[in-house]
Amino acid sequence: MRRCLVLLIAACCAAWSLAAAAQSPPAGAGQPSPEAAYARLASDSYGDIEAGIALLAASGDPRAGAVLRALADNRLLFRPDDRLLAIRDGAALTDARTGAALPGADGLKPVRLNNRVRRAIDAAQGSLNLLAPDAGTRRVAADAVFKARDTAVLPALDAALARESDAGVKRTMQEARAAALLASPGTPEGERLGAVSVLQARGDSEALAILRGLSADPAASVRDAAARGVTGIETRMALMANVQNAWYGVSLGSVLLLAAIGLAITFGVMGIINMAHGEMVMLGAYTTYLVQELIRQNAPALFGWSLPIAIPLAFLVAGAVGILIERVVIRHLYGRPLETLLATWGISLILQQAVRSVFGPSNREVGAPSYMAGAFDLFGLSITWGRLWIVVFALAVFLALNLILKATSFGLKTRAVTQNRRMASAMGIRTPWIDAFTFGLGSGIAGVAGVALSQIDNVSPNLGQGYIIDSFLVVVFGGVGNLWGTLVAALTLGVANKFLEPYAGAVLGKILLLVFIILFIQKRPRGLFALKGRAVEA
Amino acid sequence: MTPLLSRIDRQGWIFLGVLAAACVVVPVLNLTTAPGSGLHVPTYAVSLMGKYLAYAILALSLDLVWGYCGILSLGHGAFFALGGYAMGMYLMRQIGPRGVYGNPVLPDFMVFLNYKALPWYWHGFDLFPFAALMVLVVPGLLAFVFGWLAFRSRVTGVYLSIITQAMTFALMLAFFRNDMGLGGNNGLTDFKDVLGFNVQAQGTRVVLFVLTALALALAYLVARFMTTSAFGKVLVAIRDAESRTRFLGYRTAHFKVLAFTVSAMMAGVAGALYVPQVGIINPSEFAPANSIEAVIWVAVGGRGTLVGAALGAVLVNYAKTLLTGAMPDAWLFALGALFVVVTLFLPRGIVGTLVERLGSRRARARLPGPAPGEIPPALAEEGRGS
Amino acid sequence: MSAAVALQPAPEAGAPAPDKRLTSTLLYVDDIKVTFDGYRALRGLSLTLMPGEMRAIIGPNGAGKTTMMDCITGKTRPDTGLVMFDGRHDLTRMDEADIAQLGIGRKFQKPTVFDSHTVADNILLALKGPRAAVASLFGWRNRVEAARIDAILETAGLLAHRARPAADLSHGQKQWLEIGMLLAQDPKLLLVDEPVAGMTDAETEATAALLRRIARDHAVIVVEHDMAFVRALQCRVTCLHEGAVLAEGSIDSVSADPRVVEVYLGR
Repeated sequence: MRRCLVLLIAACCAAWSLAAAAQSPPAGAGQPSPEAAYARLASDSYGDIEAGIALLAASGDPRAGAVLRALADNRLLFRPDDRLLAIRDGAALTDARTGAALPGADGLKPVRLNNRVRRAIDAAQGSLNLLAPDAGTRRVAADAVFKARDTAVLPALDAALARESDAGVKRTMQEARAAALLASPGTPEGERLGAVSVLQARGDSEALAILRGLSADPAASVRDAAARGVTGIETRMALMANVQNAWYGVSLGSVLLLAAIGLAITFGVMGIINMAHGEMVMLGAYTTYLVQELIRQNAPALFGWSLPIAIPLAFLVAGAVGILIERVVIRHLYGRPLETLLATWGISLILQQAVRSVFGPSNREVGAPSYMAGAFDLFGLSITWGRLWIVVFALAVFLALNLILKATSFGLKTRAVTQNRRMASAMGIRTPWIDAFTFGLGSGIAGVAGVALSQIDNVSPNLGQGYIIDSFLVVVFGGVGNLWGTLVAALTLGVANKFLEPYAGAVLGKILLLVFIILFIQKRPRGLFALKGRAVEA
Repeated sequence: MTPLLSRIDRQGWIFLGVLAAACVVVPVLNLTTAPGSGLHVPTYAVSLMGKYLAYAILALSLDLVWGYCGILSLGHGAFFALGGYAMGMYLMRQIGPRGVYGNPVLPDFMVFLNYKALPWYWHGFDLFPFAALMVLVVPGLLAFVFGWLAFRSRVTGVYLSIITQAMTFALMLAFFRNDMGLGGNNGLTDFKDVLGFNVQAQGTRVVLFVLTALALALAYLVARFMTTSAFGKVLVAIRDAESRTRFLGYRTAHFKVLAFTVSAMMAGVAGALYVPQVGIINPSEFAPANSIEAVIWVAVGGRGTLVGAALGAVLVNYAKTLLTGAMPDAWLFALGALFVVVTLFLPRGIVGTLVERLGSRRARARLPGPAPGEIPPALAEEGRGS
Repeated sequence: MSAAVALQPAPEAGAPAPDKRLTSTLLYVDDIKVTFDGYRALRGLSLTLMPGEMRAIIGPNGAGKTTMMDCITGKTRPDTGLVMFDGRHDLTRMDEADIAQLGIGRKFQKPTVFDSHTVADNILLALKGPRAAVASLFGWRNRVEAARIDAILETAGLLAHRARPAADLSHGQKQWLEIGMLLAQDPKLLLVDEPVAGMTDAETEATAALLRRIARDHAVIVVEHDMAFVRALQCRVTCLHEGAVLAEGSIDSVSADPRVVEVYLGR
């Protein structure tokens, strides 16, 4: 009976091996069969176990990982007489070779562990992952090998390289191999030179460290190649640092753009000095907070939708408050810009204190949905998803606003009213409504900006205060009444700020920019893209 | 030139009279009455009033440029704070070896930040005359350079307001840095002596109050002299129609720079008197919100009236003290509402509205005036002659 | 200070050299061009004015009348061309205040007086004399005798209103106040932009008389649409069209010119 079982198992194994061999690319020359490995493992001798581990790792058996994990956890059992291997999982037993259940097997005892065996398991698990079916796992393993620079894994690497089909993972493995080759003193000069060029192509700080370590290499050609590699990588890294800085600058610029774009409508197009603009942004951020709270309490599954839901709501909330402010206060102050400035400052104080009274003075937690979290790598640039979405969102808002002003009848009426109020009124446009809705549009856009800014800034009653001066400077710098000017100004200031930071520090960089804008406004009081003509000069 | 005294109007005399009375009554009530008596003015209240009067000087200086010349500076807090820092540096040097670290030259924060020697710009501030000069020179110089650049390039209206705000914001960021050598976040504090007198002492505080009142009176006289002269008339002309003033041959930028600089010096004096009475100066004095708050004092009292600006500063700050004590949450609501209500319903402020009411009643009584549009006889005659 | 402004070096190469008329004329405008964002407001306008001469400028809307005034008074800088005053001063290189101090006064189309000042103070500010900032704090303008101001107010017919704020004056009175301010300035050349717009016939007639009186000892340029008023001025007329001079001469010859009839007067 027992013999039958063993035969059956053996037959299964053979069948599986055949199937595996048919599936996988042709095995490397030195690839051992899994059965040989299992046979060595089912032993009392530490030497055999160690050898079995190495064989198993090199065999490419898909069960190898589970077996090694069980061994490391002391859950691998064996029966000396028929070399049966079993994995204990609580009370259940499974056959280590097949994974089939082994009900009622007896006479099993654990495969023994000592420190040498444990080290062997660790190494095996590393190289084992080089053969894992999942490309991501293989890449991680190759990276680990690259960092370890262990010459011992060279055979496993070679085996893995021979089987590897994914070009990206293959490159990482080659780099790992190059690092290992350079770490080994016995590598011939030709191979070392090849390894240097592989590392230079990798071009990151780790490759740089390895190449720097070659300055004492006995072969002059390797030393020279390494030195050239170091210079090459350093140049490339300096360039990448600039590109990365530019990206940070664009990212900051898009935040400035979001904060300023509503103001480009209310101040730029309508000429209203709305000091409560920052509070519209703040209201948008608090709307996001409320939406997330409601979702958390009632429908947690919808959390990923919280921002798309918050965007229109923030627009409506801030827009409605904006229209209210325009109807109640601002319309009485048209033509008196300095009074408007003071009155809207008062409104900003009231809004801040109102939010403080309702929600408290401390920061409110606004969460990031999964698509806003994490980062990805683009040609060596680290780009966080959150920032990328904010850049995209800022540009989308900008384009949408342009479209509204240029291509809708509301936009046409708005432009008519701001250019010649009396004429527009004479042509039957209801100028008071256009005023109110244009101001509402600018305020609503500020609210939408608040949704985005809630993701990167503290949502507190003071949120808006941090943006108001910057926003005005962006609009003035870009040229009043010119949306494209606002775009260019926001991005310019963002990038300039990020490039100043490494030299001057964050605070001094900001001060320098403020001084620059103050001086710039002296030189061109109407901004980068000023309107010219008699009407302006009058 | 008409003598200065004849240029003071009725409300000016009332104002000066009230100040003179305060100079006598407050010290007497503080020094001669017993702490328990109903008439007693406690020393902390004397300093509080001194603080209000320092604010009144700031408001007066702002009224000079905003009320008369239409320059809405949202950066006057910066001049106030610079004057305050100049005084604070003097007071720091007076501490001498009595600091926590006992260093005879370096103030405590410098010892803490491992300064080896006094930065160059701290030299001289151990001498009161030098410090007093700097109280005028530093804000004045900044205002002169800033004004020269801005007014020559014809930056006006809200653009000017925005860049003055950016100026004080930049200064705030700068003063927050420890590298400025001016105490960073914490600013300058723990003062001991001013001119050899203990700043905490009752007598010193009373004297500081009286000096502040006198400085306010002096600032009023200077401002009144300026605004009633032809210079002041040009300022008003610039406020109403700057381009027209230029076509009359006036270099309007020069007038604005002069007014702005004098105003900044006044604000500096206000800051210098403020610091020993409150015992601290730190970078938050540069906060843009402070400068805007000063604007509302002027608006409440009545811009272009001088007396109103001072009155507004005292009233609003008194209300602030009362409200922040009783209902801290209500203060910002009240201040915000004040901005809105004053701009909408009281554009001339308290004093401006009162003067207008009284003035128009009297004018109606006195001057019927010819009907508008009537052709002057001399011209009509010549017209017929042709 | 301004009197010391010497003749500037010869204009850039390419510009025509100033001819001998330059030295004898009060105002010499030669081939000035102004472009606003692609719109050519002035396309080579030339004009000369002799000392003490009165000249009326007519022309349809957009002919460049106001822009020409702006170029003379320093409000607008021409792209090319020459504006010389008194044969010595290149006005294209000076700002408004300098030009005003040279002795060129301007009255705007829309009356602009200083609303919050009294009528007398408006005149006081206009009075000829040093205008430096510090001087105005302590200087002579603080000690002007009332009689000097009253004399001017009498001429402008506003003596009865001397203590009223200028804001309270009627439209016509503001026009006269502005002319009174020009008188106080005592300029060598007055530029007057549409002085009778919005006036009744009687007021118009009175204004023409006032200007004729002023022209006895000042050079005057008047821009006006009202042909009856121009006729009443009894002076040479220049008609502008599309930023250049179309016709010049006596009122009769200009109004008979077929091109002027075509573009401006209509048939």
